[in-house]
Amino acid sequence: MLQFLPKHSAVRPTRRQFLLGTAVTTAGLAVGYRLMMAAPANAQTTPATAQANPFQTYVEITPENRIVIRSSQFEMGQGSYFGIATLVMEELDGDWTQVDVVGGYGNTALYGNLAWGGAAQGTGGSTSMASSWERYRKAGAAARAMLVAAAAQRWNVPAGEITVASGVVSHASGVQARFGDFAEAAAGMPVPDDVPLKPRDKWAQIGSDSLKRYDSAGKTNGAQTYTIDLKMDGLNTAVMIHPPKFGAEIESFDASKAKALDGIVDVVQTPRGIAVVGRDMWTALKGRDLVKVTWNEEKAERRGTAEIMAEYNKTADDPGAATARDDGNTPAALAGAEKVIEGHYEFPYLVHASIEPLNAAARINEDGTIDVWGGHQMPDLYQAAAAQVGGTTPDKVRLHVMKTGGSFGRRAVSDADLIIEAVSTARALGPGKPVKVQWTRENDMRGGRYRPAYVHAVKAGLDKEGNVVALHDHIVGQSIVGGSPFAAMIENGIDPTSVEGATNLPYAIPNLRVELTTTDVNIPVLWWRSVGSTHTAYVMETLIDELAAAANRDPVDFRLSMLGHHPRHAGVLKLAAEKAGWGKPLPEGRFRGVALHESFSTYVAEVVEITYNDGNDFKVDRVVCAVDCGTAINPDQIRAQMEGGIGFGLGAILQEELTLTGGVVDQENYDTYTPLRIEQMPRVEVHIVPSDEPPTGVGEPGVPPIGPAVANALRAATGKTIRKLPITKNLSA
Amino acid sequence: MVAFTLNGEARTLDVDPEMPLLWAIRDGIGLTGTKFGCGLAQCGACTVHVNGMPTRSCQTAVGDIEGASITTIEGVSGKVGETVQAVWAEFDVPQCGYCQSGQIMSAVALLTETPKPTDDDIDSAMSGNLCRCATYHRIRAAIHETANRLEA
Repeated sequence: MLQFLPKHSAVRPTRRQFLLGTAVTTAGLAVGYRLMMAAPANAQTTPATAQANPFQTYVEITPENRIVIRSSQFEMGQGSYFGIATLVMEELDGDWTQVDVVGGYGNTALYGNLAWGGAAQGTGGSTSMASSWERYRKAGAAARAMLVAAAAQRWNVPAGEITVASGVVSHASGVQARFGDFAEAAAGMPVPDDVPLKPRDKWAQIGSDSLKRYDSAGKTNGAQTYTIDLKMDGLNTAVMIHPPKFGAEIESFDASKAKALDGIVDVVQTPRGIAVVGRDMWTALKGRDLVKVTWNEEKAERRGTAEIMAEYNKTADDPGAATARDDGNTPAALAGAEKVIEGHYEFPYLVHASIEPLNAAARINEDGTIDVWGGHQMPDLYQAAAAQVGGTTPDKVRLHVMKTGGSFGRRAVSDADLIIEAVSTARALGPGKPVKVQWTRENDMRGGRYRPAYVHAVKAGLDKEGNVVALHDHIVGQSIVGGSPFAAMIENGIDPTSVEGATNLPYAIPNLRVELTTTDVNIPVLWWRSVGSTHTAYVMETLIDELAAAANRDPVDFRLSMLGHHPRHAGVLKLAAEKAGWGKPLPEGRFRGVALHESFSTYVAEVVEITYNDGNDFKVDRVVCAVDCGTAINPDQIRAQMEGGIGFGLGAILQEELTLTGGVVDQENYDTYTPLRIEQMPRVEVHIVPSDEPPTGVGEPGVPPIGPAVANALRAATGKTIRKLPITKNLSA
Repeated sequence: MVAFTLNGEARTLDVDPEMPLLWAIRDGIGLTGTKFGCGLAQCGACTVHVNGMPTRSCQTAVGDIEGASITTIEGVSGKVGETVQAVWAEFDVPQCGYCQSGQIMSAVALLTETPKPTDDDIDSAMSGNLCRCATYHRIRAAIHETANRLEA
């Protein structure tokens, strides 16, 4: 989802400044606070905060014998709470029935994402395990040592004679106690300087295939609560009216009829639209229908996607505005190539479309503090935004980090959209009047923050021997970080999130040029699960496959021949091919395709099998996936994320597309914007490469290879590469 | 005033008869396991049983349920329902979990009607339930496993 720094950060200055807050000015506000960005060359091994008392920061033991873990990382379904709890529990030797995980916030030194140099707390770029790997194991180990020290003192025995297992502290004399019995005493023990961590061969939790998520039961009986389920005294529900076109502004509105409706509490203008507040959702929805708004569309985006894509296609044929990678002399090599493949790829806007429609709740308190409930994927930013809108300072803002029904990047939005709506509505209602802003599906579909649309103009050349001698890619599309607090990532005109996956192409190609032209379109865009790799992987992996075919080479062998310096890429490719039975004959009408991609330092290869009949009539039957994410913390969750990533990516490349006509979004709901359904889900087998490397993430990297693998199978069936997505709309076109 | 049975208990509600059952259950009665996803019977997150039939509560008006027996995720009981829930947790089917109330209500209805469903049966019974985390692979496996256990 998000990466603070471009890849290869080791070559960058070690300190840099980020100005957080510029994006909020689009809503007429300015958060305006600075974070110093320290970017160590090897952030993954940065130690946990020295001397931090684990009981005051990461692990609370309650007198009731609960282990409450404060997670720096946000839980949106991907299992980060479980992963972090696994790290703590490995070292703490507690019992899983004691575990609760809650979201920590409000202390960047403790919770800042180490994969981003610790500069801000946030979840994205599949960094949760990398950031937590040392920090939470050390917290668990320090907490255990302090429990032991407290027990030693109380029992007057040497600490070395005390054992800890399954949440029970024991001494050979027969005395034993629960963690909760030492809740207070342990927290007062000196914090050990350097606690040794368990060696790999002693791990019982990390890497365990039988360990199950601690939080599944509540997700099968309705007990798990999300922001939409909040209950508190006096809580009202607000629904939003947003501009019909991006950039339109409220000229005037008449809420008199709505206010006359029984149960409507108020109708208030927020910096982002009009909030209709009712005693319940249904009343608020009925009230919303009665509000008349006059919009000023002077500054609104009035283009449709047909015009935008036509402009992009034209731009793509011109030289790029900036160059992101330039090896050798690509134009000359293409001019001298034996065979050149060229074309334009087109990628539509995509919606995150999480099933829990976006929401947040806020309450202004009599003492001037503010409570904010929601999917706080970027807590530092949201705390600052809430303070700004609420007219106070960030330390007066309490965040309640809720688990969310999905996110896929959408809850990490730097203009803090939902937070601003909730806090400004609560402020208008006055102290002691909590309000939950609940978007409808239509608000979500038409609310912007899409995966940007892109065009790639590509040319690739083979020599007489069938070697790839040159590859040229000109990428055209909007910048995700431009105009946001992350804009400092842009260097020399390159937003790394636009080109990632192309600039780090692993194949040995002597002449490689990646150009970028960033466009000016007033449609809000955002990171969408696997970000730049959502399009670059598709382009590169279908192109390589087409080159293999033109060279009359096997697609797996062809790739391997160019991966000499990339053993982890080669490793997953070989494993997936072997497990899929690559090269073995298939029944008539069945075809295979393969794709390989690294994103966020996790390597994934996928081999698909499809049944192709004719025209648009085909089905993806089977996907064999191999993943190398370093040390596997929760193997079954790695499988789950690969399975889910494959389904998420498959829906997108088959049939998801957001379009606009005259500046108005055409899709409003799941009838016209169509994620994958169960009958389209292939069988998935996931194979994890055994590894002692530090862990990397799995939330996103399963997504990028599925699109090109399917497209490559379709090319095997039809001889045609689909260059315009979504596939089902363009296959028979 | 509408009278109906909810999870085995007699209830009356004095609300706008056009209010969707979804909001009556969530905001009126306070049971929040039934989820809002689309309001258009497109995602299945709001699935409840009305007289045993899986029904999208977002498109069912309270005025139309007079005398009916409603079961929500909180009221799932009996061998089929409890086995589905147990297998769901054992297989770690949920990721975010938001759609799973609806998935489970559809799965329970399917397995009650068709104790040994084929893949095609699963496709047609579960097609109306979107899962944006795409846990479909495990949903299918969990339904087959539940059928096997119930048969044993």
